[in-house]
Amino acid sequence: MATTGSGAMEPAGGPPRRLQATNPRYGEKVIQGLLALCGILSVLTTTAIVISLIGPTIGFFQIVPVGDFLFGIDWTPQFEPPSFGVLAIVAGTLNVALWGMLFAVPVGLGSAIYLSEYATPRVRKTVKPVLEILAGIPTVAIGLFAASFILPEIIQRFWPGDFLGGVDKPFMALAAGLAVGLMVVPIIASISEDAMSAVPSGLREGAYAMGATKAKVATRVVLPAALSGIAASIVLAISRAVGETMIVLLAAGSTPNFTFLPNEAVQTMTAYIGVTATGDISTGSVDYESVFAVGSVLFVMTLAMNLVSIRLVRKYREVYE
Amino acid sequence: MTGPAGIPNERTRLAVAGARATVAASLKEQPRRDVVLNATFAGLLLLAVLLALAGLVALLAQAFVTGAPALGVDLVTNVPSTLHPENAGFRPAIIGSLELIAGVILFVVPIGIGAAIYLEEYADKTRWWNRAIEVNIQNLAAVPSIIYGILGLAFIVRGPLDLGFILAAGSLTLALLVLPVVVIAAREAIRAVPDSIRQGSLALGATQWQTIRAQVLPAAISGIATGVILAVSRALGEAAPLLLVGATVFVTFDPTPFSGDGYSALPVQIFQYATRPQEDFQTVAAAGVIVMLAVLLAMNSFAIWLRNRYEQRW
Repeated sequence: MATTGSGAMEPAGGPPRRLQATNPRYGEKVIQGLLALCGILSVLTTTAIVISLIGPTIGFFQIVPVGDFLFGIDWTPQFEPPSFGVLAIVAGTLNVALWGMLFAVPVGLGSAIYLSEYATPRVRKTVKPVLEILAGIPTVAIGLFAASFILPEIIQRFWPGDFLGGVDKPFMALAAGLAVGLMVVPIIASISEDAMSAVPSGLREGAYAMGATKAKVATRVVLPAALSGIAASIVLAISRAVGETMIVLLAAGSTPNFTFLPNEAVQTMTAYIGVTATGDISTGSVDYESVFAVGSVLFVMTLAMNLVSIRLVRKYREVYE
Repeated sequence: MTGPAGIPNERTRLAVAGARATVAASLKEQPRRDVVLNATFAGLLLLAVLLALAGLVALLAQAFVTGAPALGVDLVTNVPSTLHPENAGFRPAIIGSLELIAGVILFVVPIGIGAAIYLEEYADKTRWWNRAIEVNIQNLAAVPSIIYGILGLAFIVRGPLDLGFILAAGSLTLALLVLPVVVIAAREAIRAVPDSIRQGSLALGATQWQTIRAQVLPAAISGIATGVILAVSRALGEAAPLLLVGATVFVTFDPTPFSGDGYSALPVQIFQYATRPQEDFQTVAAAGVIVMLAVLLAMNSFAIWLRNRYEQRW
């Protein structure tokens, strides 16, 4: 079609018409370059993060030995002599994240299975946006909720007496943990639900035809088939829980404490950065540089989890989409 | 098969009854154990959903019940106070937050959309550097917000840009924080525009940029706008990075973008009230949460309306 058509349009025996654009369109190239620059800015942001972390971190390690930092369990920067054992605040971070995930994984995953396998389309259409509201609530509001409701009205009311030494402290890892859990429930529910909905219905129908019950289809067929998506959502949720600042500042306290007990006040890495690096800290002091060293640990931990999560999501997309 | 008077004979009747019983036993009723397990499982799932919803409801109810006594016009017109909770307000914080998000919008709209257009329309996905940009943006979206605070402190407030502790530095920090959100949302909106639109435009002789400007962007604009609003509402509620770039000063005047006198933001001000030991300041903090949630609700409702009103179905 195309060849005969163009042949008909040209005057017989005339010179072949050039198909290139009549002008070089430099403007197009300039625009493409500018847009590429916008994309590159994201890479520059990451580079800037790494650069701004590395400099002061190296300065910090010239004063505090790397081994003392990475393997010490006493974090007492204000003492004389100060001790910078990051494990104390790493433990605080993991303590909060642990209790958060113990709440968020069953609740988020249960919600995802319910929405994907059990709920009628109408229920799903109402419940999903409502859960997403939860994802949009500023964390300072959730932190306030943790300190003024979860701790006094739930934990202190239902804690079994003097178990583990009682719960009369004003700050507690468990209160922050539950609030962080509430914060990440929508992440787990939403990503896991997407992954389960992407499982082809033929797999479900096959299982039903073999006589499987609904619960069996959900747990033995859909769950394993959506496993990489679910794992991605949980890893991302842990990364969020580890990086959360305002909730832990309001509910977990600022006492570095190498413990995994839920009823202790702890300080997380983010809380340390948040209370130490406010306005008046002097550049170049050990305290200033310790913020960047802790920031580096936090960045490396979350980076590892994010990359795992991105890879897992890509995997389930490849299988079913 | 039948007896003399049309009555089924005894043997047939028994055979039919037996067969029916067997079929019923295997099909009609599930084993009791399965019934119980199924119901328990469904009940647990429902419980999970209800727990999540109850958390949300309790959070909102708690804020309203605690904050209600402090609600009023004074709350948004009064300046903060460390001594008189009954007079404490959020005026400088609210103005600071509005200026912060105005700066965020100025920064992320052109750059976020530009990056999204590049990645969707121009980038060759088989090239490693384009894939690297993509993974990089996905990772940036999940970097803890306090890390952006460190970036702001070391790179924007001090270091290369050296802006000092001014509101514009806070704005730039928040903009970098939400930029990946805008890029990801804008990419999805652009991807949803069918290729036939582009091919039609190109076939009529439009250049690639003319196609993008006149066809792709108008078709994707509602999705992009929704993404921008969601990103801005995240910026509005974010406090952690602002702690590091100067928003913690006690401010009783209306902040301006480039003044070195300091600035404040709504979530940071709420945090500062919440950390005061006096009970009355908790009330002020909760009232601030109500104000913040009201603004966010308005913004998100607008985003949903926008999406429903202008969404294109292809």
